[in-house]
Amino acid sequence: MTFTLSAESEKILDELLTRYPTKRAACLPLLHLCQRQAGWVSPEVIDFVAKRLEIAASEVQGVVTFYTMYHQKQVAPNVVWVCRTLSCDLRGGRELQHHLEKRFGCGVNETSQDGKFTLKKAECLAACGQAPMVQINDSYHENLTLESLDRLIDDIAAKTAVGKQ
Amino acid sequence: MADFPKVLTSRYGIPQSHQLKVAEQHGAYSAARQAFTTMKPEQIMAEVKDANIRGRGGAGFPAGVKWGFLPKDSKLAPYLVINADEGEPGTFKDRTIMEIDPHRLVEGCLITMRAVGAHVCYIYVRGELVDSIKRLEGAIEEARERGYVGKQPFGVDHPTQIYVHMGGGAYICGEETALLNSLEGMRGEPRLKPPFPAVKGAFGAPTIVNNVETVASVPDIIRLTGKVWSDQSRLPRDGGTRLYGVSGHVKKPGVYEAPVGLTLRELIYDFGGGMLRDDRPLKAIIPGGSSTPVLRPEDLVHAPDAGHPLHPWHGKSHIDVPMGVDTFRALGTMLGTCCAIVMDNSVQMVDVARNLMHFYSHESCGQCTPCREGTGWLHDVLVNLCDGKGRPQDVDLLVEIANNMMGNTICAFADGTAMPMLGLLQKFRDEFVAAAASGVPAHSLGATARVSGGVA
Ligand SMILES: Cc1cc2nc3c(=O)[nH]c(=O)nc-3n(C[C@H](O)[C@H](O)[C@H](O)COP(=O)(O)O)c2cc1C
Ligand code: SF4
Ligand code: FES
Repeated sequence: MTFTLSAESEKILDELLTRYPTKRAACLPLLHLCQRQAGWVSPEVIDFVAKRLEIAASEVQGVVTFYTMYHQKQVAPNVVWVCRTLSCDLRGGRELQHHLEKRFGCGVNETSQDGKFTLKKAECLAACGQAPMVQINDSYHENLTLESLDRLIDDIAAKTAVGKQ
Repeated sequence: MADFPKVLTSRYGIPQSHQLKVAEQHGAYSAARQAFTTMKPEQIMAEVKDANIRGRGGAGFPAGVKWGFLPKDSKLAPYLVINADEGEPGTFKDRTIMEIDPHRLVEGCLITMRAVGAHVCYIYVRGELVDSIKRLEGAIEEARERGYVGKQPFGVDHPTQIYVHMGGGAYICGEETALLNSLEGMRGEPRLKPPFPAVKGAFGAPTIVNNVETVASVPDIIRLTGKVWSDQSRLPRDGGTRLYGVSGHVKKPGVYEAPVGLTLRELIYDFGGGMLRDDRPLKAIIPGGSSTPVLRPEDLVHAPDAGHPLHPWHGKSHIDVPMGVDTFRALGTMLGTCCAIVMDNSVQMVDVARNLMHFYSHESCGQCTPCREGTGWLHDVLVNLCDGKGRPQDVDLLVEIANNMMGNTICAFADGTAMPMLGLLQKFRDEFVAAAASGVPAHSLGATARVSGGVA
């Protein structure tokens, strides 16, 4: 199966390519665009990006493995990143992680029993003054307690239908 | 508590301050208009030199001097690149500018481009900061519609383009040459210097890389003049006001603006509202992001010699020394990003070291053997110590590994790992020795979980 970008994203790519003196410079933004559509960076996405930017697939692969934001495996509809760096750990980051492991019935880099959440550990996300915090998909959730985290997860779980993804 | 005038944060309390209309009602773009229509590029540069602004990204290099390094005879137009990768643990200040007042950064970019002769500016934002990216893109679009970004900003023939570039999540991309590789679509691996970016940077062209806060300060420098802006500081050769962050065990963590030269005591007890729990006194402070060596409140400045840069504070606690690039270097630490991590006496320093070395071993780009191997090894030894499986010789081993990482690598990441490690070992050696000898697990972080729920 080959990967193709939606018409709308193709337009964004056309504009992206005008921003830089080289095609290759669009690599990171294009990978983000593809991941948004496909949910992860599949081998087909890598081939697509390589072809469009006229670079070797191995080079795109090298980029993908360097950065934490690109998922190299399929993930659940919601990805939960728990910050575990110092400022967050001083305010309970570790407890948040352990609580989520129990609730999800899974470990880090794994998906919850209900298939709705993939749990990940993050390094400092520049929200240290609002510790402890998690990032879920595009959103930051700050100044958490175990109770407010539970309510948040309840909300998102209720809005997530699995199976159709 | 002193009530300092808000300069960089003058629009922080205003509803919808991210919108052009609102920002402009409160002064946005008047400095850019002034710079474009009434000043020569050399005059802008002279004001920024007079302002004595030290780079806000961590190294504290004077911005005006850096701009002067651009070659005069280059055939290639220089690029302006804004470092918005904010990833140094403990640091969360640049985000506030991008989210609350993105037009201040856009205006700073315009004036800086005019000063250095750049026509294209890339703002490299760490990819996780989706809100910052949206706000900036919105602000640039508004400025473009108004003609401030485009062919003739303020009617002057100096075409400008500003683009937001979304990073991929890698701390090392905050290092300026790694950032440039990442911008060019490659792995974010630092480059050997020289050549420095000012000579050969993005896409082979001369490039100025500056931190978000540095460039966002430029409009105020133009508005007030460099000298007046500089004189807000309490210290010489380190001008202006700046953003201070405070996180960890304080009642009111957050980002606050104050003159350069605030003390850690003021930051913790006035701005930060004091220690989180009244029964747990202050034990240690990491003053400016995780790469800056730790300080203790009980340590006193020893500078009896009148010629010593710290002589005015001889006999005072380290937390009563004004926070400046030069004063903190003289103290044996660094001001870094000016965002402090505060720890109370519930915290075991072996566990702090383990937490930080986990970060560094995860984030090393792996190009240099001493860094790649050293960070991993430090972390392994510390995990054993924290698990009660340490050996007495481990303390000296940590010192040795850290020493071998210093000065032998492509970029400053390895030094930025070894220095805080050595600082912890020097100031809290007893704790490391005790952990190695006792075989008792030393996990302490998170002991205050849930208390944060009480903080507004
Ligand atoms: C490992 C490492 C990480 C860095 N991360 C950042 C960062 O996130 N943001 C930043 O502005 N500077 C960071 N820097 C400093 C930059 O290399 C560079 O000095 C800075 O962007 C220059 O801007 P300034 O002169 O305005 O401070 C980092 C440096 C190193 C060695
Ligand atoms: S010092 Fe570390 S982070 Fe810097 S280039 Fe070498 S391996 Fe990479
Ligand atoms: S330590 Fe968690 S956001 Fe910085």
